[in-house]
Amino acid sequence: MIVGLIDYSAGNRTSVERALAHLGIEFKVAFEPEDLVGVDRIIFPGVGEARAAMEVLRERGLDTALKEAAAQSVPILGICIGCQLMLDRSEERATECLGIISGSSARFPSGRGVKIPQIGWNQVDHRNRHPIFDGVPDGSSFYFDHSYYPTLADERLEIGSTEYGVRFPSAFAENSVVAVQFHPEKSGKVGLGVLANFARWRNESC
Amino acid sequence: MLTKRIIVCLDVRDGKTTKGVKFKENRDIGDPVAMAEEYYEQGVDELVFYDITASSEGRGIMLDIVSRVAERIFIPFSVGGGIATVEDMRRVLLAGAEKVSVNSQAVKNPRLISEGSAAFGSQAVVLGMDAAADPRMPSGYRVYINGGRTATELDALGWARRGEELGAGEIVLNSIDADGTNDGYELTLTRMISEAVEIPVVASGGAGKPEHLAQVLTAGKADAALVASMVHLGGFTIAGLKRYLTDFGEIEIRNE
Repeated sequence: MIVGLIDYSAGNRTSVERALAHLGIEFKVAFEPEDLVGVDRIIFPGVGEARAAMEVLRERGLDTALKEAAAQSVPILGICIGCQLMLDRSEERATECLGIISGSSARFPSGRGVKIPQIGWNQVDHRNRHPIFDGVPDGSSFYFDHSYYPTLADERLEIGSTEYGVRFPSAFAENSVVAVQFHPEKSGKVGLGVLANFARWRNESC
Repeated sequence: MLTKRIIVCLDVRDGKTTKGVKFKENRDIGDPVAMAEEYYEQGVDELVFYDITASSEGRGIMLDIVSRVAERIFIPFSVGGGIATVEDMRRVLLAGAEKVSVNSQAVKNPRLISEGSAAFGSQAVVLGMDAAADPRMPSGYRVYINGGRTATELDALGWARRGEELGAGEIVLNSIDADGTNDGYELTLTRMISEAVEIPVVASGGAGKPEHLAQVLTAGKADAALVASMVHLGGFTIAGLKRYLTDFGEIEIRNE
């Protein structure tokens, strides 16, 4: 089993690499679609800004590669920006995203008594029990770092829910695609648990 | 609910953790990588490494420490000290840090904040500020640089707002007056800055007892409390501090 780790800008993948190495999960870094040949699953990590990320993905043809992988039921894990880019669009500089899962990302509203960006540890309440959270207690805290949050067209896809001025789906899944707004690679032991679960996840639609 | 963060700060000089009082007289107290692992095991929410060497040789050692830390602990950490260019930031982030902290260099060249946040996102850029009471300033507090040794003409409140506008994702606010006293954080300053900006504010300087953390996270309106000597040398543990704050009741705390 080998994980393809999408690289679309300097610095976005270092901590995921370190976490995978720590867990003994084999991976290769994918800069372009050819690098994804032969990988069994894909992690799409993210830090940064939606439009810049989408531009790099399009330039390198990784947008099409990700859509094709999803269509072929390759397990994909999107993290943070990688989670938001799975949706149709983001309010962040009005960016068209991958459209693999129906929904969009919006900026946290001001004036709700919360700081923006959300930086720190917040609870994720389980919804529609998903194998990615096997062994992770309901309500565990994960590390978040973001100003935009995902919204779903179909709420039934929600697998984790978090409150930050608004309640939003902090984790969602459809077929072979799982997306998490938090950073499992920076969420201590529960986060490492999510990454390990993803590496061994057997999706029925595969 | 977002939990309040307890952050441990490690000052690193020539590869060793040191601790000084009022920015003076540093002495070595341990290996930063081993200390980071210990605090991670105890459930610390985040770590800050501050390179006080500032020689080019020291910076090389620091990058090696950053990458060893990143291999062993899986919580966010930031690195500050001597970061003067976007390239310096990139090296630290590629070595595995989540965030870079800029302080004196941002005062000298505010574009460092805007260029850093454009390149890496504002979540990666922390504005560190050293401030001390000064009745001549509009907010009552003046910004200092060079480890607290050099006064600037910047007002603390104005500089915090400017830092937010420039794209800093977070402010670490250190009170020079409180630092090293163990008498508690500077609550007036912390509350003023935290209410003035929308980005999170980390209170630093003065923690000596668990009550001090409770005060700054409630009355001080801080989003996170930074501790150093009280856990390095003062006999308190992160686990103990978190138990205290959980029992205190008004504060959301992450417990594994």
